[in-house]
Amino acid sequence: MLKIKNLHVSINGKQILRGLNLEVNRGEVHAIMGPNGTGKSTLANVIAGKPGYHIDKGEIIFKGKNILELPPEVRAQEGIFLGFQYPVEIPGVSMTNFMRTAVNEHRKYKGLDPMPAGEFLKLMKEKQQLVEIHAKLTNRSVNEGFSGGEKKKNEIFQMAMLEPELAILDETDSGLDIDALKIVANGVNKLKTKDNATIVITHYQRLLDYIVPDFVHILFDGKIVKSGGKELALILEEKGYEWIKDESPN
Amino acid sequence: METKYNDIIFKEKVVSLFEQNRAQIGANDTTRMSKERDVAFKQFKKVGFPNKKMEAWRNTNLKDVFAYNYNIQFSPADEKPELIEAFQCNIHNFDTQTITLYNGWYLSEDKHLITLPNGTIIGSLAQAIKEYPELVQKHYNKYTNIEENGLIALNTAFSQDGIFIYVPDNVKTYKTIQMVNILDKEDNLFIQNRNLIIVGKNAKLTILHCDDSYNYSRSFTNTVTEVFIDEGAEVDHYKLQNLNDNSTLINTTYFHQELQSKLTTNSITLNGGLIRNKINVVLNGEGGEANVFGVYLVDKEQHIDSQVFVDHAKANCNSDELFKGIIDDNATAVFNGHILVRKDSQHTNASQTNRNVQLTDKATVYTKPFLEIYADDVKCNHGATIGQLDEEALFYIKSRGIGDYDARLLLLYAFAAEVINKISIATLRESIDDLVKKRLRGELAICDQCVLQCKDQENTYEFKIDISKI
Repeated sequence: MLKIKNLHVSINGKQILRGLNLEVNRGEVHAIMGPNGTGKSTLANVIAGKPGYHIDKGEIIFKGKNILELPPEVRAQEGIFLGFQYPVEIPGVSMTNFMRTAVNEHRKYKGLDPMPAGEFLKLMKEKQQLVEIHAKLTNRSVNEGFSGGEKKKNEIFQMAMLEPELAILDETDSGLDIDALKIVANGVNKLKTKDNATIVITHYQRLLDYIVPDFVHILFDGKIVKSGGKELALILEEKGYEWIKDESPN
Repeated sequence: METKYNDIIFKEKVVSLFEQNRAQIGANDTTRMSKERDVAFKQFKKVGFPNKKMEAWRNTNLKDVFAYNYNIQFSPADEKPELIEAFQCNIHNFDTQTITLYNGWYLSEDKHLITLPNGTIIGSLAQAIKEYPELVQKHYNKYTNIEENGLIALNTAFSQDGIFIYVPDNVKTYKTIQMVNILDKEDNLFIQNRNLIIVGKNAKLTILHCDDSYNYSRSFTNTVTEVFIDEGAEVDHYKLQNLNDNSTLINTTYFHQELQSKLTTNSITLNGGLIRNKINVVLNGEGGEANVFGVYLVDKEQHIDSQVFVDHAKANCNSDELFKGIIDDNATAVFNGHILVRKDSQHTNASQTNRNVQLTDKATVYTKPFLEIYADDVKCNHGATIGQLDEEALFYIKSRGIGDYDARLLLLYAFAAEVINKISIATLRESIDDLVKKRLRGELAICDQCVLQCKDQENTYEFKIDISKI
């Protein structure tokens, strides 16, 4: 479903990704781990189409199409979802209005009519339960005044509403206590099907106790330096990132 | 050869018009009012119209306004608008008592002054001077400052009619009173109406003050409104401005607040050629609260100037100012906030914020927050920003599949909504909300907010902010 080939990305002339390769198929969960500043968030942002990055080389193929020229909204409509590390507060835009617009834009892209209001509200209610969000939150402005945990739950709620084929969760575990972490992980697991895929980006192994990956990749210095099964995360936890630095050829 | 500037020519014209029509202008005056009229006239003769050399007018130039010739009516025109029966508020489910100024003159079919069952008196100021001279005289021209600028003096010299509202002590008027100024004249008009609103002790009043154009004629309106808010009284005041691009509106309001009174005033400017809203608030009793809000959406060559002066004359008062604006094309926005905390006004809480979204390089914003504090135990803050839309928020919205145009629209609307959400009457809030959305989408027409329900108007005149430019 997703093929990233020899991706080189820089920002303000500074190279961040230097020849990254990754392949993700339907039904798979991939974890990308690595120390801070090695390009994890850059990778997530570049797949989602955030402006400000310069693609020096390489391509990102999603469902057989090179998506690098597509604006972020079209990538989203094609089925890519980014769960933000720092969800943005948007005062004045209600969650309900935001989600209704988003859901209907997705439907328009697929050639469907807007969802009737009653049906939409029912859908909201159903998906809220998935991440144990209270109705109160959806009446408020997008992320405004939400706690760290609420913001992350809200990301998974939006993912549930939009049913992406590929979800990239950028440090979804950061700033979560163990209870919130379980709720978020549980939500992600419930949304997993044989047709979609998830990329979990994390600094710590902790999240992977709850979202069990099929593959673990270690990102270091702008490249994936090691890939393996879920046991790789455990070795990493035990030996620390110093181990990777020692193993790394540079 | 001596070259006369347009403002000098116009000044000479109004001076001679005043002298010729002095008797008619002051026909209803009490002795005191008549004296004050002459004092004000002398003051105007001395200072003339405001000009760019004056600090408060540095960024608002009336030069172009005086390039045109204007007529002054010294008595209401004989012809009445045909659609007089249709005068009603088009805000659905919103029950209002509407009073109308037609080209600056109070418009009614029969009575010029109405007494509501609860004792509230509303109607024409000219009529109120005749029927209740004592009451009018007690407050008229008490809160204005003719030395503030020549236009205040000129209004005081020329004013003949306007809106009068009196709410007796302890009376709560739940029905919103809607004051509508309609400009409808083929030739250019210079209008100087004067409004006086008196709200008694522990009384409550909600006013919606609308300025509408009915056609595309040029006009110059110089309005002065005095609002006296007695002890424990509460006033909710909304100003809705949707004028054509050829109109100039200088709107000066003086709010005088006594002990533990509460004022909320919200100026919503949807369109207009040159609009200046000067708001003066004097917190003259302890425990007073003044909320001064505004939102302006301007484009093309439009000019909006918001001037707010809050005088914390007594201790233990709160004031909160929030003005937000979206400025497109070659439009200009000016904000001057001035909070004065006097020496003995301890425990003052004052906040002043002005935020602007500038959509093009050619749009201009001048913002000047200013605090003048002489007391030492106060909490005051101010902030002003001029910026573009938040790129992080834009990406967040787009990453959910919402396109560029809608994402920007959502953010712009949300930006304005902070002020709209402060409107406490739900039906009014929803209607204004709708008008703002229409304005942002470029679907607002001049007729949209006008009380005259003449949807068959030939010209469709739309106001458009171009979101694609940011």
